[in-house]
Amino acid sequence: MLILLGVAVVVVGFAARFNPLLVVVAAAFVTGLAAHLSPLMVLAAFGKAFNDNRYVSAALLVYPMVGVVERAGLQERARSLIGRFKGVSIGPLLIGYMLFRQVTSALGLTSIAGQVQAIRPIVAPMAEGAVEARDGAITEAARHRIRAQAAATDNIALFFGEDIFLAIGSILLMVGFLASGGIVLDPIQLSVWSIPSAVAAFAIHAARLLLFDRRLRREAKA
Amino acid sequence: MIGLGAVYALAGLVFAAFAVLSAFDRDNPKRLGNAGFWGLMALSFLAGDRLGDAGNGALVVGLALIAGLGLLGRGNPDTTTPAERRALAERFGERLFIPALTLPVVVIVGVLALKPITIGGTPLLDPKQVTLVSLALAAVIAAGLGVILLRQPLISPLQEGRRLMDTVGWAALLPQFLAALGAVFALAGVGKAVGDLVTANLPMDTRAAAVAVYCLGMAGFTMIMGNAFAAFPVLTAGVALPVLVGRYGGDPAVICAIGMLSGFCGTLMTPLAANFNLVPPALLELPDRHAVIKAQIPTALPMLIANMVLMYVLAFR
Repeated sequence: MLILLGVAVVVVGFAARFNPLLVVVAAAFVTGLAAHLSPLMVLAAFGKAFNDNRYVSAALLVYPMVGVVERAGLQERARSLIGRFKGVSIGPLLIGYMLFRQVTSALGLTSIAGQVQAIRPIVAPMAEGAVEARDGAITEAARHRIRAQAAATDNIALFFGEDIFLAIGSILLMVGFLASGGIVLDPIQLSVWSIPSAVAAFAIHAARLLLFDRRLRREAKA
Repeated sequence: MIGLGAVYALAGLVFAAFAVLSAFDRDNPKRLGNAGFWGLMALSFLAGDRLGDAGNGALVVGLALIAGLGLLGRGNPDTTTPAERRALAERFGERLFIPALTLPVVVIVGVLALKPITIGGTPLLDPKQVTLVSLALAAVIAAGLGVILLRQPLISPLQEGRRLMDTVGWAALLPQFLAALGAVFALAGVGKAVGDLVTANLPMDTRAAAVAVYCLGMAGFTMIMGNAFAAFPVLTAGVALPVLVGRYGGDPAVICAIGMLSGFCGTLMTPLAANFNLVPPALLELPDRHAVIKAQIPTALPMLIANMVLMYVLAFR
């Protein structure tokens, strides 16, 4: 049970808002030492794993492109463009994005959109612009809630879309794991049974987006 | 063959450029901290395979110390003012969307069209890494297109990339740190310890209770470990296969598919899934580090219930 101390370090460290990078390193050492590894062995294991997982950070390569188009005014354009379509309010806008993101993820195209390349430069400014076009100036607090909702919509659509695609990591993990336990499944069976949850997620989040839209409208009138 | 090596070399050079530009940024009082931080990342991407395991470990500790001791500042490269951006937005119009839309197009072309190409028997792109290689290629093409089409300075991809990077700061590296922590957890057997705790102490004497234990366990365990992949083998071996499939005769395809998606409900609620939940607030400059998680919880909890109902109804037909 002592090795669960590392988990406790993470939970307490994050809750107390210490710097998460330090918390993670501390948790690695606590866990390793509790499992009777020497400090040097923990350092080496952690370093090797960090090196093996560089592909996680390679996606940061998108930043320069986003920066260049922002320098030339993309956020401002996205914001004003949506203002010209008077009828489009934030609820239907984000629902439309969610549908696009869920469908493309289900086709395996998970990296064509995302937080860095779509939400920050285009979708969040459009969402803000849609509200501003309707309600006039918005408070900073409302702006922050709109941005958070745009980011949340991307995550939810991605998570409940990607498992419909046959060759995604989680499906392959399940097939491999079940095969090692003697249960042979075709990936398509797992994909198909991901669809009911995908539909439910769309319905639940779409309803929330419409309620969010209505709440913003009510606040603007108040 | 173009594979991960080329992507890492490119990323290493970009980080090196961030480090050098940071070092000369007189507007950032902590410029040496930034230079050191991105310099270590450049070293990792350019030479990580030659540093040895302990060397990489020391590098990681260095990164954590720079971030943890508050030595990271925010660079302030020359850029356009908000008024200038509004004027540019008017001038360029919808042309501004072209680079951003080029990115997904090139990714798709890379994945679909470049993947089958072979030169003298070896594939052009490493088949295992097609998506990442395509993404890197697309990032370079789209940035270049942005510079040309929107007449931006040649240095602007690096300077503006650095600005965004500094906006996100240490949070940008948290996903990789957590992936490494996951490996240490696996080495120490943390997953098994939690799994034993769950399976030994929870009642599973009805079908409904077993469904609830599996789905809630997947979500809870995912919140602790930061991703559903770590939770899946433990709880599926501990609960799903022996109880739901073995004792109650459920369909393993339904149970596993919906079990994994119950784990994803947990992913929506944990700060440990940093690239989804902590990087976006930094990227969107939100004052509350947990703002995105808070926006997701009211969807994640009903979804967890929906998953339990769906599993109960669909797995035992």
